[in-house]
Amino acid sequence: MIGANGGKDGALLTVEDLSVRFHTRTGIVDAVRNISFSVGREKVGIVGESGSGKTMTGRSVLRLIRPPGEITAKRMEFDGHDLLTLSEKQMRDIRGDRISMVMQDPKYSLNPVMTIGEQIAEAYRVHTGASFRDAKARAAEMLAAVKIRDPERVLSLYPHEVSGGMGQRIMIAMMLIPDPDLMIADEPTSALDVTVQMQVLAIIDDLVTQRGMGLMFVSHDLNLVASFCDRVIIMYAGQIVETCKASELDQAKHPYTRGLLNSLPRLDREPGPLPVLERQESWKTEPGVDAYFK
Amino acid sequence: MPISSEAGQMPLISVTDLDVRFGSDDEIVHAVRGVSFDVAEGETFGLVGESGSGKSTVLRAMSGLNADWTGSIEIGGTLLGRVRGKPFYKRVQMVFQDPYGSLHPRHTVDRILSEPCQIHRMSDIDDRVSDVLVAVGLGPTFRFRYPHQLSGGQRQRVAIARALILEPEILLLDEPTSALDVSVQAEILNLLQRLKQERGLTFVLVSHDLAVIAHMCDRLAVMNAGRIVEELTVAQLRASEPAEAYTRQLLKASLGYDRSAAAGMESFD
Repeated sequence: MIGANGGKDGALLTVEDLSVRFHTRTGIVDAVRNISFSVGREKVGIVGESGSGKTMTGRSVLRLIRPPGEITAKRMEFDGHDLLTLSEKQMRDIRGDRISMVMQDPKYSLNPVMTIGEQIAEAYRVHTGASFRDAKARAAEMLAAVKIRDPERVLSLYPHEVSGGMGQRIMIAMMLIPDPDLMIADEPTSALDVTVQMQVLAIIDDLVTQRGMGLMFVSHDLNLVASFCDRVIIMYAGQIVETCKASELDQAKHPYTRGLLNSLPRLDREPGPLPVLERQESWKTEPGVDAYFK
Repeated sequence: MPISSEAGQMPLISVTDLDVRFGSDDEIVHAVRGVSFDVAEGETFGLVGESGSGKSTVLRAMSGLNADWTGSIEIGGTLLGRVRGKPFYKRVQMVFQDPYGSLHPRHTVDRILSEPCQIHRMSDIDDRVSDVLVAVGLGPTFRFRYPHQLSGGQRQRVAIARALILEPEILLLDEPTSALDVSVQAEILNLLQRLKQERGLTFVLVSHDLAVIAHMCDRLAVMNAGRIVEELTVAQLRASEPAEAYTRQLLKASLGYDRSAAAGMESFD
């Protein structure tokens, strides 16, 4: 499944000098500015606030940015494939099969006029050529794996008949079926209740630790990323301002990261006014840092 | 039975045996089941729970947005009816979760804030609008902007200003910061705390986030499947001393990811 010729130092995905620009009527918007990072068979958290470019970073790996958006990079390599030069058809073979993506909002990611069962089975059949009956059975299995009770019933439902949390779990089940090498998850659990979130993360965690999948986990939730991921990339205004081991996030040095951490209300801290993050103009002009897998 | 916050003192808000059902005969959803609690004047009371627990439904019944409830809701010793009049809304105002949906997109901030005053036939509307804008930290430059010209945090400040302009005693807050970035959440939580102290307000805060509840509240009720599972003080919550297994699990899950804890998660419906 996994090619022998991985990127340098065993990285699955290597990105160098990636920028995402949008050409708009009012000028060029730089959503992502010259970032370099790589992902191994590990859990990498990409954290930032809205507008920091974290979602665009995830999407550009799959070349899912449409005009007027434009992706440029010196290098974007996945398991020996140059993602920048692949044809659209070759990209389609990679999307979903080798690299899958879980988007933020299940409401817009599921087909409203197909039952859940048909959608999951379709995805499975496209990638494996399995029979419809096998695909249905596998779909039911995956729904059970993401802790959906009574999967047979859920398979016959339409997307509008399921709750947001259930929809998100269905999306994750769908993405896990082809057994991807790299998963890009954009806020996959932010619509879920905390207890369900834990269970869904445990499923993803096992795939990384047991099967060696790589994970790009895009999130705004610092606490979650610190406790779940191996490594953290902190983005601000389209750049990587800091990167560290997830377990050392509480010792982060960049004032932006510190500010974010301090502004969180915490159960283990006495209440009082929360420190407010004062943004510095210089954070935007300082050069960003590289976040390569070592 | 609700535990009273301060012995002997009459609670400002008293909810007893509240029941809310949705749907007709064959498909009834029993969203709130026998919920009772008291809130003292000047207190912040939290309702916490997962989605579908009924916490927002309780708030909507209290605010008069949903008339299909049974039980009793008292404010300042007066029993509330199904339909609320102007005097009620003068005392009780609500702030909603989604600052993108709760402001009229084609009204300026000025009009959004003036309208409640006109409805209540208040005088010196002009001064009230500019005062309340200053109070929520926006200032006069925002007065003639439209919601789409504001950030999420600024919109939520406008929503809070609209709730405050009638000078209510009670604010019902439904997930007021869950749509905001953490740094903006901190600003809004600080703002709410300051306004509460300055104006002696009483808050009922609904949230799914235990850390936000612990930061803001004095006491809280944990809800699951339409019922109050447990009522406890924030000190008990911080000391990790909930009596109920459901609350302990919620607390554990709120502290971050833990592979071994995930395996032991139970279902409580």
